[in-house]
Amino acid sequence: MNDSTPNAAPLECSGLSRSFRRTQALDDVTFRVEPGQVFGLVGENGAGKTTLMNLAMGLLRPSAGTIRIFGMDPVMQPEKTLAKIGYLSEDHDLPGWMRLHELMSYTAAFFPDWDQDYAERMREQFQLDPAAKVRQLSRGQRALAGLLCAMAHRPPLLLLDEPSSGLDAVVRRDILGAIIRTVADEGRTVVFSSHLLDEVERVADHVALIRQGRLVETGSMDGLKARHHRVTLRFAEPQAHAPHVSGALAAQGGGREWTLTLEGDWPAIQSALAALPAEIIEHTAPTLEDIFVARAGRQAAQV
Amino acid sequence: MRIHISTTDTAPIYAQIVAQVKHLVASGRLAPGDEVPPIRALAQELLINPNTVARAYRELEAAGLFESRQGSGTRVSAKGTPLARKERVRILSDRIDGLLAEAHQLGVDDAALLELIEKRRRALRPKEDTP
Repeated sequence: MNDSTPNAAPLECSGLSRSFRRTQALDDVTFRVEPGQVFGLVGENGAGKTTLMNLAMGLLRPSAGTIRIFGMDPVMQPEKTLAKIGYLSEDHDLPGWMRLHELMSYTAAFFPDWDQDYAERMREQFQLDPAAKVRQLSRGQRALAGLLCAMAHRPPLLLLDEPSSGLDAVVRRDILGAIIRTVADEGRTVVFSSHLLDEVERVADHVALIRQGRLVETGSMDGLKARHHRVTLRFAEPQAHAPHVSGALAAQGGGREWTLTLEGDWPAIQSALAALPAEIIEHTAPTLEDIFVARAGRQAAQV
Repeated sequence: MRIHISTTDTAPIYAQIVAQVKHLVASGRLAPGDEVPPIRALAQELLINPNTVARAYRELEAAGLFESRQGSGTRVSAKGTPLARKERVRILSDRIDGLLAEAHQLGVDDAALLELIEKRRRALRPKEDTP
């Protein structure tokens, strides 16, 4: 077994699959997260994001393929792997009977690199009462307490499963701010899952779109946006059906006006559109949400 | 430096920053020599990826609007004025293009549009001080 190597990717999976009885939760997923990236895992609930997180944590074994954390197998080398990860689970499952300061010293015991000054600074910044019982904290405060516990040993890889799901805007700001600080100040790597696409679009520089356990798309946010186009066409005559254009992933509209989401080089798309009895009245870059909806729809249609 | 990022906006986030900074410089709200926030401070404030801010700053430097010097942070370039003038023309050209397209869609011809502009100018002149 190799120990972590300086050149190894913080997270890399190859042909990764996992099934539960008859459900294929992850199916042949391959991607690599480079150091310093903020990597967004995007997908609907049940797409397989949490399964991927659990595989990264070594809580599950792959049915096929591999997942490596800094080159290490999280199932074979749990201690060495977990020392490098700061993990926040979706349900922020913390022991309710502990007081916050007890939770902090309890968590610190697992991590030789725990930085108590840093933990205290975060606690003050998040305005968490050290004497409060975890059970008495609000949902947002529990999320922040979980984040504090995930970050205080300054892990080179932060894994956050739906970190801001169901939280109010103020706590979401705190959590996103902490992600940004982690990357800006220390060049650490963050992998976070979310179904809030505007949030991912702001914070992530790389994304993987997952649908029904399969990787639909992965790459840099800029590359993804540059490869997709949103075009509104105005036809000379009303159209009964969405226009067929190569590269089109989705169409909305009706009558004389249709908006298409397309993938490909703009010159190629332009010449394909020129064949239609229509003029281009608007050409923009789609939002991540547009891309996801268009790609997810296409994927479903192919099944 | 007031910048507003929207993910429903179709432009990429770095391009939104570049466009808004150019706008601020062109309108004089950012003056030559003004200090601009450090990359990580702006990333924190806008809650966006620091690499995105870095990319916007690089483009603004390449365009000659920003100057960064070791130790003294990033400032609005002192020679920003001629560029700002070009930028003003570009901003207005974009608006005019949109206006022309809309007039065309609505079936308003050029002469009628020019007449309308003149009419609006006279209506607004007393309230608006022109530079």
